[in-house]
Amino acid sequence: MSFEIEQIAELARLSLKPEEKEKLRKDLESILSYVEQLKGVPTEQAEPTSHVLNLENVFRKDEVKPCDIREDVLKHAPQREGNFFKVPKVIEQE
Amino acid sequence: MSEASLTLKEAVTLARKEGADKIIDSLSKRVREVDGKINAYIQFDPARIEKAKTKGPLEGVPVSIKDNICTRGWETTCASKILKGHVPPYDATVIAKLRQAGAAIFGKLNMDEFAFGSSTETSTYGPTRNPWDLERVPGGSSGGSAASVAADEAFAALGSDTGGSIRLPAAFCGIVGLKPTYGRVSRYGLIAFGSSFDQIGPLTKTVEDSALIMNVIAGHDERDSTSANLPVPDYTKALKRDAKGLKIGLPKEYFVKGMDSEVEQAVRDAAKVYQKLGAEIKEVTLPHTAHSVAVYYIVAVAEASSNLGRYDGVQYGFRAKNGNLRDLYFETRDQGFGEEAKRRILLGTFVLSAGYYEAYYRKGQKVRTLIREDFDRAFKEVDLLLTPVSPTPPFKLGEKMKDPLTMYLSDIFTIAANLAGVPAMALPCGFTKAGLPVGMQLMAKPFAEETIFHAAHAYEQETQWFKRKPKI
Repeated sequence: MSFEIEQIAELARLSLKPEEKEKLRKDLESILSYVEQLKGVPTEQAEPTSHVLNLENVFRKDEVKPCDIREDVLKHAPQREGNFFKVPKVIEQE
Repeated sequence: MSEASLTLKEAVTLARKEGADKIIDSLSKRVREVDGKINAYIQFDPARIEKAKTKGPLEGVPVSIKDNICTRGWETTCASKILKGHVPPYDATVIAKLRQAGAAIFGKLNMDEFAFGSSTETSTYGPTRNPWDLERVPGGSSGGSAASVAADEAFAALGSDTGGSIRLPAAFCGIVGLKPTYGRVSRYGLIAFGSSFDQIGPLTKTVEDSALIMNVIAGHDERDSTSANLPVPDYTKALKRDAKGLKIGLPKEYFVKGMDSEVEQAVRDAAKVYQKLGAEIKEVTLPHTAHSVAVYYIVAVAEASSNLGRYDGVQYGFRAKNGNLRDLYFETRDQGFGEEAKRRILLGTFVLSAGYYEAYYRKGQKVRTLIREDFDRAFKEVDLLLTPVSPTPPFKLGEKMKDPLTMYLSDIFTIAANLAGVPAMALPCGFTKAGLPVGMQLMAKPFAEETIFHAAHAYEQETQWFKRKPKI
C-alpha cells in the first residue's frame, strides 16, 4: 500500500506538523493492511449497502416556518461584522 | 441511603409524591462528591439545571446528556477543542421530547472526541474513569454517560452508538445500554459521525428504565429523513419475567480463541439462565461478521471524514489566528482536532479518493451487505442473538492508546449491529474475580426492541446483578 500522506492531508484540509505526519502515516499503513482482508471476500453477487433501511427519497412540504435565531447563531461566531460571519479576504490582490 | 442511588422508575415515583427538588439536590450533592474522581461531566452547574416546566411521564426527574447531542443554550462540544464555544440555537429532537416528558436537563457528559474511541481517553477534557476501578477506562465513546449512571451521578443518560459507543461503556460500567434499530430514534441534533450508523439511545440502571426512556425518545421525526415512520409501542408492556417461547442463538463466531475466559463463562452461564427461564438455545452462524471491524474502518471513517468537513472555523467553535482564508482552514483544523480525529479524517479521505474508491469504499459497502444477509438468515432461525459485548473486561488507562488497531478491535462484537442496523442491548451478566463488571449483548431483528426488553428484563430480574454498586 503506497500513499502520500501530504496529498491526503491536503485533500482533508489539515496542515500536519512534521512529527504528526510520520506517526499518522504509520498508523494508516497498519490499518489499511488490516482491511486488506476484505480482498479475499467474494462480493460479485453483492449489491453495495449505503443505507440499511433501503429508503427511497423522502419529501416533506416546502413551507416557511418561523425561525428567529439569527442573533443566537451570530452571538457565538468566532468573528462577526453586523449580521455577517467575518473571514479573511478571499480574493488576494495581484 | 441517598436518593441519588434510586433507579429512574423509583425517582419518578418519588418525584410524583414529593416533587423533584429533593431528588435534584441529592443528585447534585453526589456529583459534587464523586465527580472529581470520575470526570463524567463536562458541564455541570446546579444553578443551571433547567427544571421541568411541564409535568409528564418523567415528572421533573433529571436526565444527563452526552456532549454530542445539541442542547439549546448549553455549550455542545463533542469533547473537541474545535467546537469550544459552540452553543446550539436549537434542541435535538430527543432533548425536545425529554423536556416535553417533564425531564430536567441536568448536565453534559464526557466522551471520546467526536465519539471516536472505545475508552473516553481522547476527550479534550481528559479521560473519564471507571467507577469500579479508577485505574481503568469506562469504555467509550459514551464513557461519561455510562460512568455517571454507574456512579449514581445520573438516574439515566443519553448516549450515541456508531460502532458500540453505548454498549461497550454500559458493559464496562455494569449498566444497561440500548442501541435502538437504525431509524427508531431521530438523529436530528445529534452531531454526525457516521450518518448511516449513528443512533441515540439510553444508558440506565435497569432494563425497565431503558424502556421508560425509549417510550419518550423513539418515533418518527420529519426533521430526520432517515427516521422510520412506524408506531412506537409502550415498551414497558414488553417486560416479562420468563423467556418461554423465545429462541436464542449463540453465534459461534462470537466465542473465539483469545477472548477472556471469565467473560466467555459469564455469557455461557447467561445462556443457561435463559434455558431455565424457558428459552430454547441453539448455535447459529454469522460467517461474515469476522470482517465487521475492517468494513467499519472503511465505511464509517469515510462518512466521518465527510461529516467533519464542516469544521472550518468560520461559523462556530474554535478559529486559529491566521492571515489568509486557506491558512485559516488548515490551521483551525490542525489545532482544533485531536490525533484520533485526524487519523479518521485522513483514512476516510483516502478511501474516498480517486483511484481507491472502488477498492476500498465500494468493497466495504458490499461486504456490509453480506453481513446484513448473515443477520437476516440468523433471524429466520432465532428471535435473539446472545453474545459478549467485549472480548475482555475493562482495560487500564493508557493500555491501548499507543496502537489504534488494538483499540479498534475492542469493538469486534458490537460493530456488526451497526453495520446491519439491528437493535442491540448490553446488560450486566456478572463480575470477574477481580470485581470488574461483565456485559452481555442481546440483538434482535430490526424494530424488535420489544423482544430485547422481554428477554433482558426476565434475565435481569432472575439474576439481580444491577443491585451491586461500585465503592468510590
